[in-house]
Amino acid sequence: MWDRNQMAARAAQELQDGWYVNLGIGIPTLVSNYIPEGVNVTLQSENGMLGMGPFPFEGEEDADLINAGKQTITELPQTSFFDSAQSFAMIRGGKIAMAILGAMEVAENGDLANWMIPGKLVKGMGGAMDLVAGVGRVVVVMDHTNKAGESKVLRACTLPLTGKGVVDRIITNLGVLDVVPGGLKIVELAEGVTEDAFRNATEATLVD
Amino acid sequence: MKKVYDSASAALEGVLFDGMLIASGGFGLCGIPELLIAAIRDAGTKDLTVASNNAGVDGFGLGQLLETRQVRKMISSYVGENAEFMRQYLSGELELEFNPQGTLAERMRAGGAGIPGFYTKTGVGTIIADGKEHKDFNGETYILETGLVADLSIVKAWKADPSGNLVFRKTARNFNPPAATCGRICVAEVEEIVPLGALDPDAIHLPGIYVHRLIQGDHEKRIEQRTVRKREA
Repeated sequence: MWDRNQMAARAAQELQDGWYVNLGIGIPTLVSNYIPEGVNVTLQSENGMLGMGPFPFEGEEDADLINAGKQTITELPQTSFFDSAQSFAMIRGGKIAMAILGAMEVAENGDLANWMIPGKLVKGMGGAMDLVAGVGRVVVVMDHTNKAGESKVLRACTLPLTGKGVVDRIITNLGVLDVVPGGLKIVELAEGVTEDAFRNATEATLVD
Repeated sequence: MKKVYDSASAALEGVLFDGMLIASGGFGLCGIPELLIAAIRDAGTKDLTVASNNAGVDGFGLGQLLETRQVRKMISSYVGENAEFMRQYLSGELELEFNPQGTLAERMRAGGAGIPGFYTKTGVGTIIADGKEHKDFNGETYILETGLVADLSIVKAWKADPSGNLVFRKTARNFNPPAATCGRICVAEVEEIVPLGALDPDAIHLPGIYVHRLIQGDHEKRIEQRTVRKREA
């Protein structure tokens, strides 16, 4: 089974040299720690920045320089800043090769839910709906099951959708799945996870 | 016509009225017009609809207008940082219209550019698309979203000249330019007003035509998530 960092490291293997990529909040943010040697990617932050650098050293935080998770960050020599309309023009316009983001639920048809639980949790979709509709490839990184042990990889999402049929690949603590015609296909099992255990934790239809 | 005013309250005189729609710049607490928000709180204008990506935090930014119940409705993409917001919304005291972040930015941009509506893929197949016109282009389905025109825009920039030309700093630009353009009146607050000619005309982020009134003031610029890394020993 993979921990958070191992999931992020596995997700980093999805990156290709020269890509512009958007990383979501949580585990996806950790992906930037595992970018493979020789792979040069430019990170977009949808609040208006290309070329996101690491967190600042203590004492060097700048209130005017944050990522989409509102964390203080730094700039790089190639960094550019722009406004929110421009930021989402490049997202909607298909200029961003890939988005890696978290999820509450994913379904076998590529549906994604990650923005609200009716009556309980109302945070909002932020830029997630724009990202999943606009970028070239959508990779979800999340735990395979919830705290109650129920599968988050479902036949159909029960929560309000963020996007319909938008997910290409799912990376969980148990392994990697692709969205293919008819259901999900197992691409890889995490170390120490048997195919039986993987299937038992998956509600969605698995196809060969 | 003189655009520079002495204070936030002076710059808002005659433009506030109950039930108005205000567009605000800012992302989280970054680049928010904190002085103008505080002046609107002091003015007591009520039944406001506020279009802003976020709703501030408890006690700072737009959170101040929620505490005083001056806001009737928010148009936002993410409100997860504000407990008072959540409480008022879940108890039905506050109306909320969720807009995807890019749709909100483009609604402001379009409104300011004289474009009453645009089609986007964002939100197709979700509750955001409910009741909206769907149309196919080249085999893909899009929904119609409308341009947003506000009674008043409040924005924050880094520097201005007296003609209202604005320069923003780093990610504090965010929603400020699109918000500024969509208001019938735009009031901007900046950290420094420099003399005419001191800004490079090639490096103006927002031309002064969009900015009607201007103030200079001290900003708290609160950091929401201070995140740092350790220095290598």
